Amino acid sequence: MTDRDVEVGVFLILMAGVVLLGFGAARWRRPADPYHLEEWSVGGRAFGNWTIWFLLGGSMYSAYTFIAVPALTYGVGAIGWFAVPFAIVTTPLTFIFTTRAWSVARRHGFLTHSEFAAARFGSPGLGALVAVTGILATIPYVAVQLISLQAVLRTVGFGGEWPLLAAVSLVSICTFRSGLRAPALLSVVKDVLLAWMLITAALMVAMYGGWSSAFRGASARFAATPNPADGLLLPETGHLGFITLVAGSALAIFAYPHALVGMLAAKDRDTVRRNAAALPVYCMALGLMAMLGIFALSRGVTPADGDLNTVVPRLIHEYFPSWSAGVAYAALSIAALIPAAVMSIAAANAFTRSLYRTYLRPDATASSEAWVSRWVSLIVKFGAAALILAVDPAFSVDLQLIGGVLILQTIPAVFLGLLTAWFHRAALIAGLVSGLVTGLIMLWDIPKVDATGRVVAEHFGGSSWSIGDGRSVYVGVVALAVNLVVTVAVTLLVRAAGIRYGDDTTRPDDYQADAGDPYLKRLDELIDGLPTGGPGSSPHRASPAALPTQAARAEPAHRYRQGTRLPTQAPHP
Amino acid sequence: MSTRSRHWQWLLVIPTAAPLLTPFANRIEPTLFGVPFFFWYQFACALLAMVVITVVYLATREDRP
Repeated sequence: MTDRDVEVGVFLILMAGVVLLGFGAARWRRPADPYHLEEWSVGGRAFGNWTIWFLLGGSMYSAYTFIAVPALTYGVGAIGWFAVPFAIVTTPLTFIFTTRAWSVARRHGFLTHSEFAAARFGSPGLGALVAVTGILATIPYVAVQLISLQAVLRTVGFGGEWPLLAAVSLVSICTFRSGLRAPALLSVVKDVLLAWMLITAALMVAMYGGWSSAFRGASARFAATPNPADGLLLPETGHLGFITLVAGSALAIFAYPHALVGMLAAKDRDTVRRNAAALPVYCMALGLMAMLGIFALSRGVTPADGDLNTVVPRLIHEYFPSWSAGVAYAALSIAALIPAAVMSIAAANAFTRSLYRTYLRPDATASSEAWVSRWVSLIVKFGAAALILAVDPAFSVDLQLIGGVLILQTIPAVFLGLLTAWFHRAALIAGLVSGLVTGLIMLWDIPKVDATGRVVAEHFGGSSWSIGDGRSVYVGVVALAVNLVVTVAVTLLVRAAGIRYGDDTTRPDDYQADAGDPYLKRLDELIDGLPTGGPGSSPHRASPAALPTQAARAEPAHRYRQGTRLPTQAPHP
Repeated sequence: MSTRSRHWQWLLVIPTAAPLLTPFANRIEPTLFGVPFFFWYQFACALLAMVVITVVYLATREDRP
């Protein structure tokens, strides 16, 4: 048996195990009503500490991150390191903001940012706009995951379109059947394999002279390039670009639909808060991966066909023992499929809750919602696959870049909205639209430059907007600033004109709500239409003793979904 | 949430700001295990974030209505 056979064999065996596990996931803590959207898309909001931690790691630290970030440090050095501070900055923000988001979502039954925006500012139109922005930003994000998967498959020896389509089909069926339970279970497997890969990598670095020789080698190679911006340290003019990129990317995480899905599956507030404290462990794993780019550069690993995304797969292929390489390929492949699944679930929910139920079928039942979400999640995944197979893959990377700038424009509504309802709905829409327009114009204006400084394309060449003498700034942050200025200005105008605000259907204490408070339990009963007290029901459901009155149950359940007609005098601690 | 726990939350400004101090972190020396300061500084920031968030969590935990 050759090394190649071992590598491919280990990879195939692990992937087969993963598919079986994905199918089995539907049976894991099987709910009383698996055809409910809450069960399918957020696992019944009943996941504990460990599950959530793995799931978040699985959905946010994707293959694209693990492949693209080392590719960046390989290509430019210090600037590529931005991903690590960006990941760290998100953790304290998660502790404050995601906890508030979890509470309000729990009490009102929200599954998406767009529903929250609609309820907070009394504007279904704003919700729909947020949902559309989210879906547009998510599809290319799924596509870049599939590109990473394709890069890995190609290195293993499965080039072409069919292996990719087969992988996408399998993960689609898993998600269709098991909803969020499949990626949650697979995240555990992914992290174990990934930990193995990182240990192998650390040993490998130690065997080849340790980090000091890696950094010395990389430093010499950076010094030999004509590009003044690369190197182990930021150039004097590079700080503004670096910091705006870190801040913009960190904020964007709080606007991407998929980042919220994982957190909403938590069973209580403390699970969210404890997870925020444990998430920096992933930042360190990411840091280690990023430094592998430096190691690859010092060893003179060359990318295939000049595609930097193949640096990590090639490094694994050349330096790992063959069976460890098989494990690493499996880890990277699963790391691509999990986010693809979670992102498609999130995008599907945004469509179902803020477009389908709001505009197309206001009387949709919970099971028809789940049905729509399942099919839309399939469309999202195959749409992304079509995007990279039918169109130039480089186009998806550009679209993902644009998506990051677009999604950032929903920040005033979905992130600042968690703190204040001061903004007027019309102002938020005006701000969002002007932010989108500004961002798109600036991105269009950036030429693509190759390593020698030659312009290879006129437009959409990156997200760093040059402001002269070598300094640059991240487009998303500029567009967000324009967005905020417009939002504040229009809000002030509207207030001066005395135009009525939309109805904020959330209450201040909604943002502190926790599992187990009596009001919430009662609301559960109302929302779910009940009864769920039977055997096999999730533990967070209320006991039959807390059943609402007959009159309340007679109300159509969907009327409570948006939170618009919540009983305002409900008992509360 | 009480005023006391709000005060504790201000501690979170530290791990939010620390990773952004690139003008301070942008140096090679001192190295740690051969890793330049610019790179290992962020590992230190990740540890700091874990510690601070844990402290804030513990300090505000009993603070239930």
